[in-house]
Amino acid sequence: MLDATLSAPSAALPARDADGTLDLGALFTESEVPEFLADLEADLIGLKPVKRRIREIAAHLVIGRARESLGLNAGAPTLHMAFTGNPGTGKTTVALKMAQILHRLGYVRRGHLVSVTRDDLVGQYIGHTAPKTKEILKKAMGGVLFIDEAYYLYRPENERDYGQEAIEILLQVMENQRDDLVVILAGYKDRMDRFFESNPGFRSRIAHHIDFPDYEDDELVAIAKTMAEAADYRFSAEAEQALADYVTARRAQPNFANARSIRNAFDRMRLRQSLRLFDQGGLTDRDALETLTEGDVRASRVFSGGIDAPQPGPVV
Amino acid sequence: MRITQGTFSFLPDLTDTQIKAQVQYCLEQGWAVSVEYTDDPHPRNNYWEMWGLPMFDLKDAAGVFGEINACRATFPNQYVRVNAFDSTRGWETVRLSFLVQRPAKEDGFRLDRTEGPGRTQRYAMRHRAQFEAR
Repeated sequence: MLDATLSAPSAALPARDADGTLDLGALFTESEVPEFLADLEADLIGLKPVKRRIREIAAHLVIGRARESLGLNAGAPTLHMAFTGNPGTGKTTVALKMAQILHRLGYVRRGHLVSVTRDDLVGQYIGHTAPKTKEILKKAMGGVLFIDEAYYLYRPENERDYGQEAIEILLQVMENQRDDLVVILAGYKDRMDRFFESNPGFRSRIAHHIDFPDYEDDELVAIAKTMAEAADYRFSAEAEQALADYVTARRAQPNFANARSIRNAFDRMRLRQSLRLFDQGGLTDRDALETLTEGDVRASRVFSGGIDAPQPGPVV
Repeated sequence: MRITQGTFSFLPDLTDTQIKAQVQYCLEQGWAVSVEYTDDPHPRNNYWEMWGLPMFDLKDAAGVFGEINACRATFPNQYVRVNAFDSTRGWETVRLSFLVQRPAKEDGFRLDRTEGPGRTQRYAMRHRAQFEAR
């Protein structure tokens, strides 16, 4: 009775036929999973490997329930994950979503996300690290602990670095309290690979290594449109074409950070649009206020030689 | 002598599952939960030893329960209690407090009788563990 308040939310166990067979199709539709996967498809643009992995986890949950109903062992699998990928490929965004996803699938009890970096885990003097790390772990219990740029935890150049202590505590909890929390490590691919090489314990305790691919050009355009929609803007038809050109041109230039570059570009387009409307003065209407025109896109420096190109006007 | 105090003092000792459920309730109310221990469970003893700081911003009872178990393992022969502090303005007090461990053998209290001024008799209760340790 009291257990009910503690156990993860789970759908009712499927009915079992007399001969002990189960209809998986019916089981699948009965659970919230199909509806949930559709949401996910709509929410996240591109990111095929990520969606595939979430699909696997969801399927495993349904199968786990089926196994449970037939009296087979249905232990929850380890769900610790590592997200690797280039800047702006959605690692942090997906991690934020992952907490809700795992909660909806019934893997974690509370579904909150505690996002930390090295500073939150590693102390400044001897004896400071363990309480600090444990405190964070306690806060993350029942949810997801997201460690951004996890490779900073390990500093091989300083053998007395306290990061190692934090790593040991993390590993211990990841191993012993798998039911209580899910740990997600995120970072750029090459540095994460080096981090795992020097900490084999981590690699083996993390079952899911998900690599975030770079976005395709059309995906980035779709992302820009989604961002605009969320902020109550829209692109005119010509602006959309200009946007596609922008993405192609921006990719060839240095410091390209996938969706993050697009978000920054979108923010600058909004500024240009505001200035244009402001300068134009006079009457305006809803349509003008929400439309980004071709001019707003084409004014970008990306079309005139990139960020490195000399700027017109005096240098102050 | 079985000492009872705090919330649920009229009930049998809570099981671990029940403790977790109570702690979860506290966390859902937004109370800060702390763990304390003592070898002197005198009802007038307000100053139990703190097992670490009160735990703020927790979402799940598993974190608190880990601390309860750590405290039990360190002091298997002492009293351990859980407090939940409500910081809401107007309350600002402990809302829930209950025992989660008692020693296997409880010593109970002994009555001390002393003579005061003018041959008046004064009485004091003292926990035996305290007395015998000296």
